[in-house]
Amino acid sequence: MSETPFEYAPAPESADIANLRPAYQMFVDGKFVDGAGEPMKTVNPATEEVLAEVTTAAASDVDRAVRAARRAYDRVWGRMPGAERAKYLFRIARLIQERSRELAVLETLDNGKPIRESRDADLPTVAAHFFHHAGWADKLDYAGYGPDPQPLGVAAQVIPWNFPLLMLAWKIAPALACGNTVVLKPAETTPLTALVFAEICQQAELPPGVVNIVTGAGEVGAELVAHDGVDKVAFTGSTDVGKRIQRGLAGTGRRLSLELGGKAANIVFDDAPLDQAVEGVVNGIFFNQGHVCCAGSRLLVQESVAEELVARLRDRIGTLRIGDPLDKNTDVGAINSRAQLDRITELADSGDAEGASRWTSPCPVPERGYFFAPTVFSDVQQSMRIAREEIFGPVLSVLTFRTPDEAIAKANNTPYGLSAGIWTEKGSRILWAASRVRAGVVWANTFNRFDPTAPFGGYQESGFGREGGRAGLEAYLNV
Amino acid sequence: MPSGSTTTAQATDAVSGGPPPELTEASRDETSLRRFLHALPGIDQVGLEQRAATLATRSVKKDAKRWAIDAAISMVDLTTLEGADTPGKVRALTAKARRPDPEYPDVPPVGAVCVYPDLAGVAVRDLAGTGIGVASVATAFPSGRSNRQVKLADTAMAVEAGATEIDMVIDRGAFLTGRYGLVLEEIQAVKAACGDAHLKVILETGELATYDNVRRASWLALLAGADFIKTSTGKVSPAATLPVTHVMLQAVRDWHALTGEHRGVKPAGGIRGTKDAIRYLVAVREVAGPAWLTPRLFRFGASSLLNDLLMQRRRQLTGHYSGADYVSVD
Repeated sequence: MSETPFEYAPAPESADIANLRPAYQMFVDGKFVDGAGEPMKTVNPATEEVLAEVTTAAASDVDRAVRAARRAYDRVWGRMPGAERAKYLFRIARLIQERSRELAVLETLDNGKPIRESRDADLPTVAAHFFHHAGWADKLDYAGYGPDPQPLGVAAQVIPWNFPLLMLAWKIAPALACGNTVVLKPAETTPLTALVFAEICQQAELPPGVVNIVTGAGEVGAELVAHDGVDKVAFTGSTDVGKRIQRGLAGTGRRLSLELGGKAANIVFDDAPLDQAVEGVVNGIFFNQGHVCCAGSRLLVQESVAEELVARLRDRIGTLRIGDPLDKNTDVGAINSRAQLDRITELADSGDAEGASRWTSPCPVPERGYFFAPTVFSDVQQSMRIAREEIFGPVLSVLTFRTPDEAIAKANNTPYGLSAGIWTEKGSRILWAASRVRAGVVWANTFNRFDPTAPFGGYQESGFGREGGRAGLEAYLNV
Repeated sequence: MPSGSTTTAQATDAVSGGPPPELTEASRDETSLRRFLHALPGIDQVGLEQRAATLATRSVKKDAKRWAIDAAISMVDLTTLEGADTPGKVRALTAKARRPDPEYPDVPPVGAVCVYPDLAGVAVRDLAGTGIGVASVATAFPSGRSNRQVKLADTAMAVEAGATEIDMVIDRGAFLTGRYGLVLEEIQAVKAACGDAHLKVILETGELATYDNVRRASWLALLAGADFIKTSTGKVSPAATLPVTHVMLQAVRDWHALTGEHRGVKPAGGIRGTKDAIRYLVAVREVAGPAWLTPRLFRFGASSLLNDLLMQRRRQLTGHYSGADYVSVD
């Protein structure tokens, strides 16, 4: 054998492509402005260095943004023919494609996700969402909600840090297509791509006030969703915050859609295509460092193949490359923030304390930055915290089952219900399991696949309302 | 550099005690063979192709690329399999095989030269003492449509001429009608006729149509004693593809896990560029494992690939492309 092993040389994407600026302003009524709040700093989680300073909104700024959105809705956007709205959306979609490399690098810098994912998964899906909804704008009569369905008005939208630009697309594209105007607040740790998206709105000559981006932490979001001037609130984030929002909105008559946490089960039956199931399980929990609300964080595997599957899984996880998110060969990037890293560490420690067996990938982990090596817990029982609570990190809990009924019972034994995966070569078993699993999205022999035509959303504490597809339009129409 | 010998020594590091009982049991009779092959885990086409496409995005640069190019050169089975082949053509290939780039003597020799059996003797004379293998196709290549006697005679002819590697084709008709025992026996018979020569078994995956069939055929060939499993003859389209090679790499990886023996894989046909070759090496490294990154266990069946590798190699050294006129056309 060779003396030199075939080790990939570093292949970093150039950070300059992101056109990073020292300071970013928020976007209100078609203009970039400074907010009255205390400016905040956003950090590159892979290096812990400050990327840029970002202005933040005070209550007065949120009010200004909502008023701008109202004016734009009353005077321009709400009454514009769908075919005209479509032109703006198509233009935005094309501009996103043109600037996709810049956006991908910026997303990776701000979020910590590997460039391979921001380039090959996030950005293409972002553009696809705008293209898809651009097509709907003049066809809403045929969406199944009766003739001439009307928009709701001003939508307040608050999005999380795990897929900053993709969540923005999921929120803004359908809202605009249906004739609403929006005020959107990106997460405080990942505001940058949303602010570049605001530039794209300017480039597309979108009428002022149709899209407003206000920046800041939780209190800005709270201010926004509680504002009297909004007609609709859409939130993606934690179940706790979702509950608070729902309480606040009770009795106001304002519409609400929530996309919250999850603790998805990936069910592997003994006749599954094993090599692909291993890939699917890896993709289900280590995609985006496990910062995915629909992550397949619980592996339910039939006892007769458990040993073999877990062995193959460890071999495969051992080949995952963790490190510089800008390196094109990195599979697992950085955890988005110190706070999230602490939470993952704490929950993983509870797994040890409660008696599960921890296995950690032997891959080298960078010394600087927020990183957590891919981790698998076996001997996990339903009662353990790591089997019940959302970890939102690269930590997989392995449970076993003996019969299909037991698999379904265990899969459904959670207050969540966002997604599930079913692995079997038998079509009838896929249909049988899919009709019994309580989850908004069920993947068969695949996992974490997103498409603008497929509605996404949850059951129970995972929220309500759908995003994407025909069903997703309902959230932004007065029906 | 993969300095590992480019000769064709049997690439097995057998463990004591022989194969595990489930494998000896598998080839006992037609029924158990069918039971074994049909019990192999299924393959999900979408998932397999997605994985292959994702791995193909690996970015191989600088030192890694230089290493990969030299490794790929040493893994080429430089091939000519045309009705119009002449002894002169074969001599041109053997010269190229020994010294692929005359301006850069540090370029490693290729793995082997691959010819029809009637020309094997020419290649053997030219390559004597170089350590470069002579591979001869046999068994009524490429269709395999003849009787056992003719196939064995074909093999014997190549072996007598001094070929060190035999590339046989399986009886796809028998395989597709489910007569696995027949296919197994035939491979075993050819293996016996090979003597010391290395046996590569061509599955002709383009005719097997499904990945499940490719997996079954791979295991069938491994059970029958194949030293290498090879995708294609190059005469049928599609020839080698990345997903098919993934399936075959999984087979040799799993075979190793069960038996401790290393068996090889050879994609052949349609691999023309350096970029493609590097994608295959990435698959070898990440699917089977780094242990397979040697000409003893991985080969490319190709003709035009070598010149592209040489041009890319010069590009790495000089920083500019030299052009097709600066490598020999054979």
